[in-house]
Amino acid sequence: MSAPSDAMVEIRSVHKNFGSLEVLRGIDLSVRPGEVTVILGPSGSGKSTLLRTINHLEKVDQGWISVDGTLVGYRRDGNKLYELREREVLRQRTKIGFVFQNFNLFPHLTVVENIIEAPVSALRRPRKEAVEAAEKLLARVGLADKATAYPAQLSGGQQQRVAIARALALEPKLLLFDEPTSALDPELVGEVLDVIKDLAHGGTTMIVVTHEIGFAREVADTVVFMDEGRIVEQGPPADVLDHPTQERTRAFLSKVL
Amino acid sequence: MPPQTDLLPPSSSAPPPVKHDGDSAVPRIVPVRRTGRWTAAVAVLVLLALALSSVIRNEAFEWDVVVSYFATASVLRGLWLTLWLTAVVMVLGFALGALLAVLRLSGNPVLQAVSWGYVWLFRSTPILVQLLFWFNIGALYPQILGVSTVTLMGPVTIAVVGLTLHEAAYAAEVVRGGILSVERGQVEAAQSLGLGPWRRFRRIVLPQAMRSIVPPAGNMLIGTLKGTSIVSIIAVQDLLYSVQLVYHRTYQVIPLLLVATLWYAGVTSLLSIGQRYVERYYARGTAGAR
Repeated sequence: MSAPSDAMVEIRSVHKNFGSLEVLRGIDLSVRPGEVTVILGPSGSGKSTLLRTINHLEKVDQGWISVDGTLVGYRRDGNKLYELREREVLRQRTKIGFVFQNFNLFPHLTVVENIIEAPVSALRRPRKEAVEAAEKLLARVGLADKATAYPAQLSGGQQQRVAIARALALEPKLLLFDEPTSALDPELVGEVLDVIKDLAHGGTTMIVVTHEIGFAREVADTVVFMDEGRIVEQGPPADVLDHPTQERTRAFLSKVL
Repeated sequence: MPPQTDLLPPSSSAPPPVKHDGDSAVPRIVPVRRTGRWTAAVAVLVLLALALSSVIRNEAFEWDVVVSYFATASVLRGLWLTLWLTAVVMVLGFALGALLAVLRLSGNPVLQAVSWGYVWLFRSTPILVQLLFWFNIGALYPQILGVSTVTLMGPVTIAVVGLTLHEAAYAAEVVRGGILSVERGQVEAAQSLGLGPWRRFRRIVLPQAMRSIVPPAGNMLIGTLKGTSIVSIIAVQDLLYSVQLVYHRTYQVIPLLLVATLWYAGVTSLLSIGQRYVERYYARGTAGAR
């Protein structure tokens, strides 16, 4: 393995095609432990696909990704990458939390059942212990009183906070957020961003795909701007957001700011 | 009672405090008169009454014979066979159907084709033909594993095998439709949480698929209960065959058919009520369910 030891996430020359469409055209990115990376870019720029390759929901066609020093989805032998069996990929995923745009809570399970499902079945935690941990997590996202509710009884913002608690229940080393506030009514965006900010200040390594420029400015250590499957520029928010060097970044920011 | 100027109920004829004679009064809404609706209802009720009275007064129905045979031992034995045959065929049919659905949705093109071929074969021929075919299977294979086919496959076994294989083809499509109705994001969420394939299917996909599976499965259950009557042609003593045995001896065809009819209708009605509760269970967590 050639991944430098100081990076939590290492992405090297990743390519991904959907049929004849090139979605990712050579992505290189490093994320250090405890860092918050925000990925910005127009629709179709490949930012969500990139995020999904990090926990192997999408397979890469070329290149490699490592998380915490371990290749994701493959085993390297000499100059070949052998695809891992599903069981091994699933084990890797328990170290990577993923929060979806549409929450994807399990609608037939209560809030607490949603949260303990993975700890109990994937990590083999005793149920009682998992429930206690879930209650602490719910308190942390401000929903201590909603443990026995079903997802449909909650607002969008509450559902997304449950989804974040569910991802945290596996105690992941890395959290990935795929446009976590895009499906929310405007007045509910703040409560979800507050939870994410709180996690960021607590030192969780995270990569966030979002359209919230204000959030990026406030929380991000690194802002990455993507377009047409490539990283156009990256750097601290003060540089990328306020003094972009690339014309494409300036054009995008002038439309969304 | 105060004098009324029109036919309105007292509350609206009593002047509200803001009522004036001019345009400023809030106008009252008068619904349209539904004369046609009343006429149609009366006409249909009269026709129903006529039909009912003819049924009651026509002695050929022989209601006393219906009552005397309704709960005889041979009828009840036939009913019992119909009930357990239905249950066995539903359980085995859905087990095989679920397997076929999983094969069809698997990534393996050979398994997909086999599943598709099975459904095609058993859906495109009448169940009557299939049953007669199994009844004569001895002509094709006189022995199975060294045992004479006629000994191995009695009429009841043939009924179970024939109905189950037919049922499975339909069940496969019902289960497949249910699985496809579950949002893709649900599986992705389960994958991202590290849940294994079996756990994902049993804990996440299947319970949600059941909401789409239960209504057509309820239809199939009722259809199967009635459909088992077809086994009477291969001399399996189900409910229909039991009453046929009696009327071939006594020639009381109509009252004995009524005995079977009442039992079929009674049991299917109970099943419909049961389906409501099963649907409510699988709708838990959806808006308006609690």
